[in-house]
Amino acid sequence: MSVFLERTIDRHFVEFVDALRKEGISVPLGATLEFGKALVEIGVDRREKVYWSGRATLAIQPEEIPIYDAVFNQHWYQGIPKLQEVPDLKPLTLLLDEPDEAPEDEEKTEQIAQDAINVRYSRTEVLVKKDFAECSDKELEELYEIMKHLRLHGKTKRSRRLQKARDGRYLDFRRTAKYALRLGGDPIQLFFRNPGERPRRLVLLLDVSGSMETYARSLIRFVHAAIAGRNQVEAFTLGTRLTRLTRELSNRDPDVALNRAAKTVPDWSGGTRLGEGLRLFNDEWGIRGMARGATVVILSDGWDRGETEILEEQMERLSRVSHQIVWVNPLKATPGYEPLAKGMSAALPYVDEFLDGHNLDSLQMLAKVVSE
Amino acid sequence: MNILKASNVEEVVSCLREQDYLANEGLATAIFLALRLKKPLLLEGEAGVGKTEVAKALSSSVNSEMIRLQCYEGIDASQAVYEWDYAKQLLHLRASEATGAASETDLVALEDEIYNERFLIRRPLMRALEKTGSPSVLLIDEVDRADDEFEAFLLEVLSDYSVTVPEIGTFKAENPPLVIITSNRTRDVHDALKRRCLYHWVEHPGIEQEVEILRIRAPHVSLSLARDVATVVSELRNMDLYKTPGVSETIDWVEALMTVGADEIEPEVFNSTLGALLKYREDQQRVRNRGFGDVLAAVRQG
Repeated sequence: MSVFLERTIDRHFVEFVDALRKEGISVPLGATLEFGKALVEIGVDRREKVYWSGRATLAIQPEEIPIYDAVFNQHWYQGIPKLQEVPDLKPLTLLLDEPDEAPEDEEKTEQIAQDAINVRYSRTEVLVKKDFAECSDKELEELYEIMKHLRLHGKTKRSRRLQKARDGRYLDFRRTAKYALRLGGDPIQLFFRNPGERPRRLVLLLDVSGSMETYARSLIRFVHAAIAGRNQVEAFTLGTRLTRLTRELSNRDPDVALNRAAKTVPDWSGGTRLGEGLRLFNDEWGIRGMARGATVVILSDGWDRGETEILEEQMERLSRVSHQIVWVNPLKATPGYEPLAKGMSAALPYVDEFLDGHNLDSLQMLAKVVSE
Repeated sequence: MNILKASNVEEVVSCLREQDYLANEGLATAIFLALRLKKPLLLEGEAGVGKTEVAKALSSSVNSEMIRLQCYEGIDASQAVYEWDYAKQLLHLRASEATGAASETDLVALEDEIYNERFLIRRPLMRALEKTGSPSVLLIDEVDRADDEFEAFLLEVLSDYSVTVPEIGTFKAENPPLVIITSNRTRDVHDALKRRCLYHWVEHPGIEQEVEILRIRAPHVSLSLARDVATVVSELRNMDLYKTPGVSETIDWVEALMTVGADEIEPEVFNSTLGALLKYREDQQRVRNRGFGDVLAAVRQG
């Protein structure tokens, strides 16, 4: 009887952990077992005990607490599901390449191919310079294929970690003493250590509001390439809210990564509150350390429906801690473009590099700027 | 009571209380589990919520030394575990040469002499592992400041509580230390490390809890002042500030108020002591703009 009882209780806990995972909480492997051990120590006679044991052993992050609470309530109180409302997600179609093609698109691409032969450009070269907004789905697909090979190296900064060097500033006592011992104690040969180099952190903030829709789907591929290519890269989307995407985008397979990202970002093609989003970034991540000494790239058209003063203030804060701010605006390439969007003109004084990002060519340029 | 003897979460709370630390059920559960399951405890939270204080309270409760390893960028094993005292080693070589001992003893023997525990400088991790008797409390502070390589190394040490010095051998802890790791979340700690630890997110205390903390940490403060201070601070935490004041700032502020001889929060005193509470010019400006009267009115109403 008791064996049976224990089994059912076990099952309950395993199911609870499963439910958490289904809601997107990243529970570490093996944590279920720890959770079980914890309950043996703490007991299950009160709900709070189960609640806090779970929080401690399942490594619930502060952002995940509301989801944890909801799943907990649903699971253990058997009440009405109180899960956070998940807004309609349209990103799946937005991000994934459509395999079948509308016939008119094919005509169009063929047209381009013919033109390309005339001007003796390879098809790729034409594509590389073509505005993302004007590309057919098929062309985008090809571009994304090229983008898979785009890699960012990133600026380096001096590391505090010392490395062996032929000569340098710091004496390597360990090696000097060891060598001296061989010679009977005379430190004839000196060895040195010098600070090495390490990649500067790169923070990418992608605007996913409605006005950026056509570009965001291509730019996020760039963001993915950046994350997959090197370490010390962080990515966020800015829309009506701030979403951290570093984890989701760190899968090397772009399709898997983008799929995960699409599920995580709740505000694709919504409104923009750039200043507000930037404030959240500064408060929660940037000023605390993530942006310190980092290269920060903001990919946005600069349309801000919030108050411009907020954006200006936040740009100032960001510029005080970061190494460099790069603003990538896909509209910049438009003939006759002036940074008149209220947000853009407020932000410009704090921007170190102002680039366009409307086609692959310009993104390669961006990769270069960020790497040098 | 020694916290190691605590048999349930409530006793953990009272043990910490004896050490002037107020823990809520969540934190006490995490600590209790860390003791029972013998795992490190990873504490994350805003700066100033009292993460480091947990380790201090623990160490006085187990009546043992707190060994602190402050992490920083570029920290490596020679600063965290051990280093040879090279100057002493060379000096020793010279001495044996001078006395003529070097010529007689062969090099191998000389090497043995030099790589002796005598010449070992013990850094925090090794000291924590070597401790005999009651376990030490090892505080690994601000692990997010160290780099990935160091984190991986830490993981190795914490998985079997031993370190190897190639020239001598392996040191294994008889009595594994109680490990508290703190992080301010400037970057994510590696999943592998998280998996090895228990986790707790430390939040700002509520008003009632903060009043109690003030009564413990600044016993000479009157109850009414403590209550006012806690309510004002909690009101400020609701405002949109760059840096919300932590518990340590609240305590500083109360001390500041006491020092200037205020037993009630008046606008002038509030203004002149604001620096103990808010450390950004913009934040101070924001509070001044809102007006002290307004803050206090909100407090009195609430």
